Amino acid sequence: MKKNLTLTILVIVCLIFPLVVRSDYYQHLAIIALIWVIIGSSWNLLAGYTGQVSFGHAMFFGVGAYTAGIIATKLGISPWWGMMFGGIAAMLVGLFVGWVCFRLRGPYFALATLAGGEIFRLIATNWESLTDGMVGILIIQSFRSKLPYYYIVLLLAFACVYAIYRIMKSKWGYYFVSIREDQDASESLGINTVLYKNVSLLVSSFFTGMAGAFYMNYMAFIDPEVVFSLHYISIMAILVGIVGGVGTIMGPAVGAIIMVGVQETFRSSFFGLAPSWISQGHAMAFGLLVVFVIMFLANGVVGDWSKIKRYVFRIKPSSVS
Amino acid sequence: MALLEIKNLVKSFGGLKAVNDVTFHVDEGEILGLIGPNGSGKTTTFNCINNYFPITSGDVIFKGKSIKGLKTHKVCHLGIGRTFQVVKPLARMTVLENVTASAFCRVNATREAKEEALKVLEFTNLMGEKDKLAKSLPIGGRKRLEIARALATKPELILLDETAAGLNPGELDEAINLIKKMRDSGITILIIEHIMKVIMTISDRIHAINFGQTIASGTPGEVAKNQAVIEAYLGVE
Repeated sequence: MKKNLTLTILVIVCLIFPLVVRSDYYQHLAIIALIWVIIGSSWNLLAGYTGQVSFGHAMFFGVGAYTAGIIATKLGISPWWGMMFGGIAAMLVGLFVGWVCFRLRGPYFALATLAGGEIFRLIATNWESLTDGMVGILIIQSFRSKLPYYYIVLLLAFACVYAIYRIMKSKWGYYFVSIREDQDASESLGINTVLYKNVSLLVSSFFTGMAGAFYMNYMAFIDPEVVFSLHYISIMAILVGIVGGVGTIMGPAVGAIIMVGVQETFRSSFFGLAPSWISQGHAMAFGLLVVFVIMFLANGVVGDWSKIKRYVFRIKPSSVS
Repeated sequence: MALLEIKNLVKSFGGLKAVNDVTFHVDEGEILGLIGPNGSGKTTTFNCINNYFPITSGDVIFKGKSIKGLKTHKVCHLGIGRTFQVVKPLARMTVLENVTASAFCRVNATREAKEEALKVLEFTNLMGEKDKLAKSLPIGGRKRLEIARALATKPELILLDETAAGLNPGELDEAINLIKKMRDSGITILIIEHIMKVIMTISDRIHAINFGQTIASGTPGEVAKNQAVIEAYLGVE
């Protein structure tokens, strides 16, 4: 009952947010945060629930974005179709990555995905006839207002989180967590670990690819250094997951809001209040944040929510007396 | 009729033959005890049966068909469940979730899998622990959880790898009762065990191996008197 109430309030707040907050700037931040909700949740499905840590989610994001961009510039098809094709293209990449990388376990898998992400960045940079290389792809935005973009990405984010929620309640979900906990035991319990790791990867890459295609539509400009970035996409996906809470449904959503908030606070030099050199410090701020989270909230903000609540409540009475 | 037949099984790791030409069979409905000193190749035999390791030569026949080279998860689907000597609980899942995950071996809907899991928990006397995390169970509970998980996959044959090791006397009696209950419910059992109280009371037949080779085979009484077995356990004068 209480859970339903919280959820209803959350949905209403999300729906009326851009109607109340009319500033383009804050709407833009909300859209970026929602993109990160999708990427973070997808990463979490693979890494947090299935235990296959990916350091290369930029490849799915980038392939989704480039699919949307290329069909628009080369084939003249609306980049909105790219939302679907981008997801599918990312899934095909996922299929290939799974085929190659799931022969490896643990840190070796993570390293293979790291290499995979970099390979795709180099392909996008050098295959100029298809991608225009470092020049990037520029398309014309469909809408001038941010409202349509906000609602599209909100729908996508809800669909993504809800899909993962449902998956985790089903046979797939139980199998994913079993694989994370012990691959050998899972095999002997009749779980085809190779198959289900791939299923997890495909769902994860599909949603990440859709997020990439949406990014193309929204930003109207991409280049390899942006969408295939190790630093801004692959690592950020991991940070969103860790800060919010690995292996929780709402973790990546909370993590996305925190990380986009911290990033923007620094990028804008504390909204113009601090000297401008501080904007250089966002990478360090991320580092400190991660250190703090790992030391004090090892399960992330959502995973350790009860701990946070307890701590806050313990302080309250003592400060009154 | 033999449910499981092991024929001339050989498993070598480099130059070491961990299992060297072992042949035995398990009849439907019986409890066969597999004994031998440490390092004699008992667990390796299990690992060869469910193809956790590929076998070097020989054959494993289940219900008249060779299952050699079949993937571990497929062996489970055919009806061979197993427990691990070094327990492998799915640590950050609850006991119920552990068993539910295995119950999905036979059903697809979450509700059915949970119902099946609850039945198994009732059977293995783990009902009181169902909402605890698997990692919080003591060793006795973990051993029972291993059995519960294997049972949830609805096996015809279950391979028990030292499920009584490390239990206190009270738990030991409980384990013996559980194994008997499993047999009564129609499951064939192949069990590795060091504790003589367990193996001698429950086994219909015993197969003894040492250095990867068969040294004796027969009823518990016969095997206990066998000279080769006594020498393997106590040494030669």
